[in-house]
Amino acid sequence: MTPIMNVTDLEKKYGRLTAVDKVSFGIPEGICFGLLGPNGAGKTTTIEMMEGITDPTAGTIEFRGKPIDSTFRQKVGIQFQHTALPEFITVKETLEMFSAFYPNPRPMAELISLCSLDDILERDNQKLSGGQKQRMLLALAIVPNPEIVFLDEPTTGLDPQARRNFWDLIRGIKAQGTTVVLTTHYMDEAQLLCDQVAIMDHGRMLEIDTPDKLLHKHFNGAIVRLPGRELQTENLDKTMKELLAEGSDLTGLSIHKPDLEDLFIKLTGSTLRS
Amino acid sequence: MKAFYAMVKARTMEFVRDRGSLAWSLVFPVVMIVGFAFAFSGNSNTLFKVGLLGSDDPGFPFLKTPQVQFIPYVAADREALMNKLRQHGLDAVVDTAAKTYWINDQGKNTKIVDLLVSLEAGSTPYQRDVVTGAPVRYVDWLVPGVIAMNLMFGCLFGVGYVLVRYRKNGVLRRMKATPVSAFSFVTAQGVSRFLIVIVTSAVVYEGTNLFLHFRMDGSYLDLLLVTALGAFSMIALGLVFASRFKNEELAGGLLNLLTFPMMLLSGVFFSLEGTPQVLQQVAQAFPLTHFIHAARAIMLEGSGLVQTAPDVLFLSAFTAVCLGLAAWLFKWE
Repeated sequence: MTPIMNVTDLEKKYGRLTAVDKVSFGIPEGICFGLLGPNGAGKTTTIEMMEGITDPTAGTIEFRGKPIDSTFRQKVGIQFQHTALPEFITVKETLEMFSAFYPNPRPMAELISLCSLDDILERDNQKLSGGQKQRMLLALAIVPNPEIVFLDEPTTGLDPQARRNFWDLIRGIKAQGTTVVLTTHYMDEAQLLCDQVAIMDHGRMLEIDTPDKLLHKHFNGAIVRLPGRELQTENLDKTMKELLAEGSDLTGLSIHKPDLEDLFIKLTGSTLRS
Repeated sequence: MKAFYAMVKARTMEFVRDRGSLAWSLVFPVVMIVGFAFAFSGNSNTLFKVGLLGSDDPGFPFLKTPQVQFIPYVAADREALMNKLRQHGLDAVVDTAAKTYWINDQGKNTKIVDLLVSLEAGSTPYQRDVVTGAPVRYVDWLVPGVIAMNLMFGCLFGVGYVLVRYRKNGVLRRMKATPVSAFSFVTAQGVSRFLIVIVTSAVVYEGTNLFLHFRMDGSYLDLLLVTALGAFSMIALGLVFASRFKNEELAGGLLNLLTFPMMLLSGVFFSLEGTPQVLQQVAQAFPLTHFIHAARAIMLEGSGLVQTAPDVLFLSAFTAVCLGLAAWLFKWE
């Protein structure tokens, strides 16, 4: 199957700084694609080039096999990391204004139910909480009935409850067949939502595959943690017996199944740089 | 078109619901007009002002009277000069070529000026002529200036400053991600602001007229056209400012740097007559000067568009140049 979007040797330089260094990947249609990386890894620059907001220094970006053109704006949904909304107008009025920009906007009722906006429809944009604002921005992103939607760190700064609610909204949008491209630095989020993840650092693409395959590739078995010690093992039984045999103090022992966070730290060589 | 209308509507509602800005744009000019009208209701100028046509005449000693300020005019300004006399802006007009002087029979200094002329008549007495006209009060003269100034602030800050804020906080970036063109978005901002300033100006005009009953000798249509042109020129200037800046403080500072000289030199509160030539020439470069000049000509002298053509042409050309510049310079980010 041809990918809905294809990126080849994409590069972005700001003066002497290379923000994105010749990355190439394809995004299959209908999946949730996660772009992971520490802050400053080049995630936002990469997706902004794909959105057509930032011009690449070099490389090609194709949408359904063709270079992106002016009609692309009508087929793409975008949620930026930082956006202010017009002040003194309500959520409903803002949605109505954005609906007027597109030839076939999604019906208001659908937007309201997909993004759970019932309770805030008549509220002034300035008076939205963090979670409400993100729901509103998601609604603006899907107003055009997009074929692909880009969400740049949509849950950063939300409380755990709001994050879980937001994940449900993303699943709902994906269930309608829309391809979702998501950047995040929450590994639990990526593991739960994404069919494929790409891990970036310093502008380069480190790995790209399904979370399971990546974990399988980099880890075998389990991680055994003792205070001050961490062991990776393929044979848990053998390791445990060895620990007992050498008379280690097992107080504080934990056995951990490797997850994306372990992989992330292994690959980027750092804890999350937030 | 649907998108355009939606943007005009949203921006206009943003203004109307922002009670603070709305109240300010209505109350500020009224306070200005009333305050200045009270402060300067007495005539603090003790000099006599006489308009002088033609060159000096050694045979007419009156021209040497130290208590009289003689303001030289060229012959082409004769009609404007007579209007000034009719409105009590001058105490007399002297034409050395025609050996004639004019006074206004309703002027409060007429008797003294007459006396001075007869005392200092010299060898060849000048002919005495009379014009008639009720005085233009300071408030009549002030109203067009203050309304125009308010309109200037509304346009420059409402378009220039707001678009810079939109650029800084990401509203422009969000719009860039839609199919809306920069031209259409910016035009919608301009149209919204135009409607707002025209309506607020009309409200301030009518509101102050209720209790000040100022002078309006010209046609309301002409006044509206000149006001519209004034608003266009200011919005266009605001767009030039809005085209690139990303820093609100910088844009705000520069807008102040621009609006203050305009406020002081465009004759909002005081006539620049008699000030150094260089100031008057600088003022000629400001759209506010021409806007106020044309509005005063219509309201106080009953001029039509033909008489105000130089101002109308200046404002049109200024608008066109600024719009072109803004279109050329504009960047979403």
